[in-house]
Amino acid sequence: MEQTSKKVIVSLKDIFVRFDGEVILNHINLDIHEKEFVTILGPSGCGKTTTLRIIGGFVDPESGDVIFDGKRINGMPPHKRNVNTVFQKYSLFPHLNVYDNVAFGLKLKKLPKDEIKQKVKKMLAVVDLKGYEKRPVQKLSGGQQQRVAIARALVCDPEIILLDEPLGALDLQLRKDMQLELKEIQKNTQKTFIYVTHDQEEALTMSDRVVVMNNGVIEQIGTPEDIYNEPVNAFVADFIGEANILNGIMIDDCRIRILGKELECVDKGFGKNTPVDVVIRPEDIIITAPEEGQLTGVVEKVTFKGVHYEMSIRCGKCEILVHSTKSTDIGTTVGMSVVPFNIQIMNKLLPFYDNIIETEVSYGSEDENYIEFKLEKETIKVDGRFYPEGTRLKISLPPSALSLAGDGTGDLQDVYIESVIYKGEHNEIILESDERKWLMLSDTDEQVATYVPLSFDFSKAEFEVLDPEPANGEGER
Amino acid sequence: MKSKLLSVPYLIWMLVFTMIPLVMIGITAFTDNSGSFSLEAFTSAFEYTNVFLKSLWIALLSTVLCLIIAYPLAYIITQMRESTQNTVVMLLMIPMWMNFLLRIYAWVLLLQSGGPLDTLLSAIGIHGNYSNNTGAVIVGMVYEYMPFMLLPIYTVMGKIDKGLIEAAQDLGSNKMMVFRKVVFPLSIPGIISGITMVFVPSASTFVVAQYLGGTDDIMIGDIIDKIFFTNNHIGAAISLVLMIFILVFLVLMNLFGDEEAIA
Repeated sequence: MEQTSKKVIVSLKDIFVRFDGEVILNHINLDIHEKEFVTILGPSGCGKTTTLRIIGGFVDPESGDVIFDGKRINGMPPHKRNVNTVFQKYSLFPHLNVYDNVAFGLKLKKLPKDEIKQKVKKMLAVVDLKGYEKRPVQKLSGGQQQRVAIARALVCDPEIILLDEPLGALDLQLRKDMQLELKEIQKNTQKTFIYVTHDQEEALTMSDRVVVMNNGVIEQIGTPEDIYNEPVNAFVADFIGEANILNGIMIDDCRIRILGKELECVDKGFGKNTPVDVVIRPEDIIITAPEEGQLTGVVEKVTFKGVHYEMSIRCGKCEILVHSTKSTDIGTTVGMSVVPFNIQIMNKLLPFYDNIIETEVSYGSEDENYIEFKLEKETIKVDGRFYPEGTRLKISLPPSALSLAGDGTGDLQDVYIESVIYKGEHNEIILESDERKWLMLSDTDEQVATYVPLSFDFSKAEFEVLDPEPANGEGER
Repeated sequence: MKSKLLSVPYLIWMLVFTMIPLVMIGITAFTDNSGSFSLEAFTSAFEYTNVFLKSLWIALLSTVLCLIIAYPLAYIITQMRESTQNTVVMLLMIPMWMNFLLRIYAWVLLLQSGGPLDTLLSAIGIHGNYSNNTGAVIVGMVYEYMPFMLLPIYTVMGKIDKGLIEAAQDLGSNKMMVFRKVVFPLSIPGIISGITMVFVPSASTFVVAQYLGGTDDIMIGDIIDKIFFTNNHIGAAISLVLMIFILVFLVLMNLFGDEEAIA
């Protein structure tokens, strides 16, 4: 909350980016304040690097404004922006030594030699590379190269430092050290850091604010605590930390039904009998005696994780993850309870459960008993049904009627996997085709941000004949 | 063990087709017709000092011209889209599929009096013969050896990490500075191998000067070619001297290259 009083230094307004017809950033808005450590977090392909490159000047948005210090800077080339980048692969100049790499930007600014020397020396001390001036950069370790890259950006004294997954290539221990070091450098230099990563732990550790992105949109902006404790939807909850995400029904204010039990919670305003997503963090579940718990289940798996035991507890058809400091034997029945405050209620990612197609039969064969209809430029064939040509139909496909065609030929080709969320029983997969989204259930763990062929099983679908087309135009969707 | 075994055929190849001929040239150069040791061949070889120097000069000029033409061309090609790049490189390579002699003949026809160039220039009142002079030899050589300059430079330039160029821009370089501070220094290895690949064969080339040059434009390669019919001792001696010159040149080139890489 303290951030709001600070001056906005960069502001992205309604940014839209498309490469080769594919939407990368879908009208995003983002304000970044002075002296803030902001992390843009998201899975690969979510548009986070593109967002950074827009601020750096390497990508020009198709529409929308980039405002820097109150001025619109769309189209301004990178070398004129008061912004420096630490690149993912460091991009140190292999033909120059450490000193010349760091001095590169200062030399271009035509500063006097003595001043350059002084500044480089000071900066090398900041990144803990004193005495490395003459070393060729290729002889340095990954962590040292990383620090040269940071020094090279910092020494130019920009208002903003952009960091594009700078720790991605380092091993775990070094990465943890560098995280703290980076945060320290940011505090000491009082610069604005915009950091891009797909590592949620990194984001939580370092940031003042986290921006969670997925599929070209910003899902949530908030402090690490906000994002962890109050995720706005199942995607954010799933992406940040470990979580049990369950389907629930909001019976009334402060009453939620999950896993067949009615529990008390603290959220209000979702209406009555509304389907919602519920998140309960594994550390918020308290193991009790079976008769004392709100829920009961059977312990299926126990893993020792050092600080705690991770237990997988089967509760009906669902699998619940619990972190507990005490171990319980496999096979025992235990009770579980959660304080109302720790049950986080979220709106569903999609406003529907069954996938509805409203369409018109484009061809029907009574003899062979099949129909065809058009969907997003593809012709879809439905066997075992007949309606005359021109009949308007409403087809309800439950999520279980959708599948990803393993043989590569689906009813719709190249459907984008937007998110895969484990709901204790199945994965709920949200897919995006050219014109709409789809909800699918699957037991396999599909790879997010890939393109897959989608097949429909119409034997599980419900068909409803609609009244003939009303006079006013197309009735689709 | 295995890797050593695999290299045996190549070692035999080198022995039979490189080492033995070299030794034979050496022996031939240092003997006379009776087979006894003699420096006579070298004394005769020095009669051709002028031709020798001129050959090196022509080779040097051709190399420099090749570099001047090929370097910007390589840079321009790397700026194109990938598919266009392949087409352009292909088009530049196609003439190389044709016979060396045919290409030289083509230049003879182009440059001779009454040829296309003459006809074209006559239209605006300039008459002349553009063949049979040193300039024509250099044009022919540049044409022959250009691809050998272009390819290594293009390959090295194309491999320069785009990230480095972005980093340079990010640190405040405009296009000119990106070129001067990043692209040029990183393309030097390509320049060096280009120079080597053009200078070495053009210094020892033959036929080009015979067809395109004037009476005094004979090159050392042509001398070797002719003299081997009458006196192979002198031929071997000239070859040996030429080899030593080229060797010295290569060593110098490598030294220069190393220094550049460090600086």
